[in-house]
Amino acid sequence: MRQVTGKGLAAVGLLVAVAVWLVWNFSESPAAFLRVSIIGLQNGALYALIALGYTLVYGIIELINFAHGDLFMLGSLFGMFLLAQSGQDASNPATWLLLIGIIAATMVFCGTLNMTIERVAYRPLRNAPKLAPLITAIGMSFILQNIGLIWNGPGQVSVPVVLPNEVLFTIGGVGINSIPLIIVGVTIPLLLLLTWIVRSTKPGKAMRATAQDADGARLMGINVNRTIAFTFALGGLMAGAAGVLYAQAVSTTRWDQGFQLGLISFTAAVLGGIGNLRGAVLGAVLIGFIQALNEGLPHGAGAQWSQSLVFSILILILVFKPEGLLGEQTPEKV
Amino acid sequence: MADPLADRQPAPQAGRPVGALKASFGDRRRHVGDWIWPVGFLILALAVPYIQKLLPDGNEWMDMRTVITCMVFVLLAIGLNIVVGYAGLLDLGYVAFWAIGAYVFAWLASTFWNNQEFHLFSTAKETAAGIHVSFWLVIIVGAIVCAIAGVLIGAPTLRLRGDYLAIVTLGFGEIIPQAVRNGDQVGETNITNGAKGINGLDKMGFGSTLDSATGGFLPEVVLSRDVIPRYYIIMLFCVLAVFISLRLREGKLGRAWIAIREDELAASAMGIALMRTKLWAYAIGACFGGVAGVFYAAHIGGANPDSFFFNISVLILCMVILGGMGNVYGVILGAFFLAWLNFKGLEFLGDSFNRAAGTDIAWADKSFLFFGIILVATMLLRPEGLLPAARQKRLITERVDEQSSTLAPGHI
Repeated sequence: MRQVTGKGLAAVGLLVAVAVWLVWNFSESPAAFLRVSIIGLQNGALYALIALGYTLVYGIIELINFAHGDLFMLGSLFGMFLLAQSGQDASNPATWLLLIGIIAATMVFCGTLNMTIERVAYRPLRNAPKLAPLITAIGMSFILQNIGLIWNGPGQVSVPVVLPNEVLFTIGGVGINSIPLIIVGVTIPLLLLLTWIVRSTKPGKAMRATAQDADGARLMGINVNRTIAFTFALGGLMAGAAGVLYAQAVSTTRWDQGFQLGLISFTAAVLGGIGNLRGAVLGAVLIGFIQALNEGLPHGAGAQWSQSLVFSILILILVFKPEGLLGEQTPEKV
Repeated sequence: MADPLADRQPAPQAGRPVGALKASFGDRRRHVGDWIWPVGFLILALAVPYIQKLLPDGNEWMDMRTVITCMVFVLLAIGLNIVVGYAGLLDLGYVAFWAIGAYVFAWLASTFWNNQEFHLFSTAKETAAGIHVSFWLVIIVGAIVCAIAGVLIGAPTLRLRGDYLAIVTLGFGEIIPQAVRNGDQVGETNITNGAKGINGLDKMGFGSTLDSATGGFLPEVVLSRDVIPRYYIIMLFCVLAVFISLRLREGKLGRAWIAIREDELAASAMGIALMRTKLWAYAIGACFGGVAGVFYAAHIGGANPDSFFFNISVLILCMVILGGMGNVYGVILGAFFLAWLNFKGLEFLGDSFNRAAGTDIAWADKSFLFFGIILVATMLLRPEGLLPAARQKRLITERVDEQSSTLAPGHI
C-alpha cells in the first residue's frame, strides 16, 4: 500500500513540475507556444496513424511489430516514387486529386506488404516461444530498412510538395499554415473509419473475438489466420497514409526515418494503453505535443534530447503504469 | 534446492547428459567427451596467430586486427548469451554496456581531465596531465561500473514482461549514446567531449614500474602494431568469460536462470527469487560488455559515440541467435563469423564477386540486410541456432510437435 502512495506522489510531483514548466514557457512566449502546438498536433496525427498499426497487431497477437516503422518508411518512398513518376510538382487542384490517388495506392501497397510480411515471417511462428516472432520482426525491420536504403540511397532525398502550402490565417501574430490542418483533416476521417471497421463490421468483430481468445474464436468458426492477416492489412493501410502525409509535411524522405518514428509511435501506443485504439490516438497526440514543446520552446532541452525524452517517457510508463492511460489492467495469462 | 527441471525432462539420454540434467541427478562424473569442446577451443584459440600465418593471402581477408575486433565481439556475445541465452531476457540495448566500458577507460586513461594529475601503473609519460590508470585496473573498474549500471537499469525494469523488457532495454541502449553525444555541455562542464569522442587514450601495458620490477616479463606497453600480444590479451578475457559462463551454467545460479527462461511462474513457485536471479544475469552480462568496451577503447585508442548504435545491439543478438542460444561454443562461432562478415568478410567477398561478375555493388554497405535475413531465416528454419544447446533443441522440437496454441513459456 505504501508503495502505491509513493508512486502516486511521484506521479503528481512530475505532473506539477510539467505544469509549472508549461506555464513558465507560456508566459515567456505565447507565440512560440502556439506555433509548436500546431506542429505537435500535426506530428501527433501522423504518430496516431502509425501507432494504430502497433496497437492493432499487439492487441491481436501480442507481438511488437518492429518492422512497422520501416513499413511506414517504405510507404513514404513508394508514394513519393509515384509522385515523381507522374512528373507533377505544382500545387493545384489536379495534383491534389493525384495525391489522393497516390495516398490510396500507397495504402494498398503497405497493406499488401504488411500482410505478406505476416504470412512469411510471423505466421510460421505462431506457436513458437514468444520472443521468436519478436526477433523475426527485428530482422524484418532491418530487411525493410535496407530495401529502403537501396531504393532511396543513403542520404536525405527532397521531394516535391503538392499539398497547398500557404498561411491561411493568423492568430496572435502566428501564421497558421495549411499543411498541418490538411494532415489533421485527413487523419481524423481515417481514424473514424478504422474505429467503425473494428467496432461495427463483421471482420472487426472477428478481430476483437480473436484478440480475446484465439482458440475460442476458432471454435466459433472464425478463420483466425485470415483475421490476423486482415489486422495487419489495416495497420498497413494506416502506415501507408502516414507515409505519404509525412513525406509531404517534411518534404524529404530518408531510408531510416521509419526507425525513429516507429519507436516514437510505439511509445505513443504504450502511453495510451497498447491494444486500445482511442488510447493510441490520445498517446500519439500527447507525444506529438511533448516532443514539439521540448524542441520549440525557449526552455526546452532541444531536439538533440528528443529521443531520450521519448524513451524516458516510455520507460516511466512501462515501469509505473504498464497498462497505459486508457488500457485496462490485464491479469497475466499463464 | 529441488531442481524444478527434473520432472520436466524426458528420461536422460545415453551418452552425454546435459549439464543441468546431470547436476540434478547428482552425477558429477566427467566423461571424456565433455572435454572435447573446451580443450579443442582452447587449442584453436591459442593457435590462431599461427593458423593466420598459414592462410593463403591471410592478411587480405583475415588480418590480425580483424581477428582482434572479432574477438571483442565474441566477448560481447558471450556476455549477451548469459542474459538472452541463459536467462531468456531479450536485451536490445546491450551496446550501452560496451559504451560505458569504453568511456570508463577514456575517463581513467587519457589526458581528458587535464586539470587533474594522477598516475597508477600507467603506460603514459609521468609528466602527462590527466588521469592515467593502468589498463588492467581499468578493466576491473569497467566491469564493476557496468555491473552497477546493469543493476540500476535492471532493478526497475526486470519486473516487466519479456517483450516490454526488450523495448525498455532498447530505450536505454538509445539514451546512453545520446547522452554521451550531448554530454559536452552538461551545465558548463564537458563530460564526454560530445560527438567528437575522447581520443588519444593510453596504450595497453603494465607501465614502466612493473616492467622494471619484473625484469621485462610484464611489458611496459603493448603497441597497436603488436597485434599478437593484443590478440592474446583479448583471448585471455574470452577464455575467462567462457570459463565463467560454463561454470555458472552448471551451478545453482545457472540452473535458476534456465528455470526462469523456461517457465517463470513454475520457477518462482519452486522458490527461485526471480528479481535477484535476473539481476545477476544482467550484472554478469554487463560485466562482460564492460570488459569488451574497455579493451576496445584501448585497442583503437578512442571512445566514440558513433560506434554504439542500436545496429550493434542487434548484431550481437544476431550472433547469439545464429550460434545457438545458450550454447557458449555455438555463440563463439556465430560471433566470430558474423563479426568477420561485418568488418571484413562482406567487403572481401563482395570485391571478389564484383571482380568475377564485373558488377559494382557496394556489398559492405548492405551488411545489415544480411543480418536481417540471417535473423529471420534462423528463426524460421532453425530456431535453436546452428549449434544449439542440447536441451534447448529438445525443448523447441518438443514444442513444435505439440502444436498447441497456448503460447510457450515466457508468455507470462
